[in-house]
Amino acid sequence: MAIGTGCSARPGMSRNNKTGSWRVFRPEFINEKCTSCGMCRIVCPEGCISENEEGLPVPDYDYCKGCGLCAEECPSEAIEIKKEEK
Amino acid sequence: MLEITEGSYAVAEAVGKCRPQVIAAYPITPQTHIVEALAEMVANCEIDADYITVESEFSALSACLGASAAGSRVYSATTSQGLALMFEVCFNCAGMRLPVVMSIANRALGAPLSIWNDQQDSISLRDSGWLQLYAEDNQEATDLHYLAYKVSEDHSILLPSFVCFDGFILSHTYEPVDTLTQEQADSYLPPFRPFQRLDAADPISFGMYAPPDYYMEFRYEIDQALKKALSVIPKAGGEFGELFGRDYSGLVESYRMDDAEIALVAMGSICGTIKDAIDEMRDAGKKVGLLKLRVFRPFPTKEVKKALSGVSSVAVLDKNISLGAKGAVALEVKDALYGSQIPVYGYIIALGGRDVRKKDIAKVVSLAEGGKGDLFYGLREEVLK
Repeated sequence: MAIGTGCSARPGMSRNNKTGSWRVFRPEFINEKCTSCGMCRIVCPEGCISENEEGLPVPDYDYCKGCGLCAEECPSEAIEIKKEEK
Repeated sequence: MLEITEGSYAVAEAVGKCRPQVIAAYPITPQTHIVEALAEMVANCEIDADYITVESEFSALSACLGASAAGSRVYSATTSQGLALMFEVCFNCAGMRLPVVMSIANRALGAPLSIWNDQQDSISLRDSGWLQLYAEDNQEATDLHYLAYKVSEDHSILLPSFVCFDGFILSHTYEPVDTLTQEQADSYLPPFRPFQRLDAADPISFGMYAPPDYYMEFRYEIDQALKKALSVIPKAGGEFGELFGRDYSGLVESYRMDDAEIALVAMGSICGTIKDAIDEMRDAGKKVGLLKLRVFRPFPTKEVKKALSGVSSVAVLDKNISLGAKGAVALEVKDALYGSQIPVYGYIIALGGRDVRKKDIAKVVSLAEGGKGDLFYGLREEVLK
């Protein structure tokens, strides 16, 4: 990638930077306990949790940094934080 | 037209003629008169600019940064502690390659608090990527603003500029100044043509994140652009001379240097005193000359080396001190003369408004003749105890 004068960039450039590689802890979603309240999607600072057709959360591990906020806020304790294994 | 004007008002007048579109500044002594005058011009609709009032210098330069990124010609002015508060934004302006122009009415930095002149403030930002131009008198101080915009906005440069002139000594002194007419100013300085700008219809972000595999290249590009200014300034300065008779094509200026044995090197208003002192020393048979630096960043190493090549010793007068080392100008001059046998003596002088007279310049020359240098000139031993 050539560099832009003044380190300028077009929108969406951060997509190229897959920050999921920084992750130490990984949220695992237990669909059996999930009530589809959507809280995890709302609180995710990276906005990397989407919803599938059944209303269940789908994380995008390319960008999930493993902050654990989703697990902390989940009212049904349907998200477990596990040590990332690479 | 030649008018007797206070330095600050002359600078404000020139800045107005540069047609800035956004002005954001915070008043601080001895810069205040400049922005007061500009605020009045905006209020009276004499210039078509937005004047953004802010609560600090950090905000002032931040507003200028944003406005410049949005495609406006911008202006600010500050000094001393105000410039210190802008430190972070200064680096951002350079890194985002925004051609901001800012006047610095040079003043000492605290503590202890001093409102008086030296050049520590702008010198302390020598590594920020801004061009640094220093004026000897009010005529030069005003003219350098036109030059600064011209060079900064050149698409091969795209870097911000400080136009520095000594606080009080110039800013509050009435001198005859020839101010350009609006037509003259327009003939020299075309409207700002941004290289790229913030536009909601065609979005772009400035100064984005650079990981270790990109950061060094950005720094290299700034350095290259700043060095390129070594050829763009003479061209723009020469053009100014052709149009208005005052030539600024030299990055440095020599005064009675042709057969000089001892060369003084300095920047700013002290050069006027030095020139008078040199005339007196010349009358007494001493072969002394002055090399005045108009441009400190980028540093004109080649020109300094060439100008000083024939002298037997060099005395550098620094109105600043890189504490723990030497004066900033002396360090650069030593670098320029590295490998030659010419001794370079540095003198820290006139800090915090300490007066410098012709006899002081003569004493500095005597010290250099005696091989004594790298010292604070004129220390009051009774105060030190």
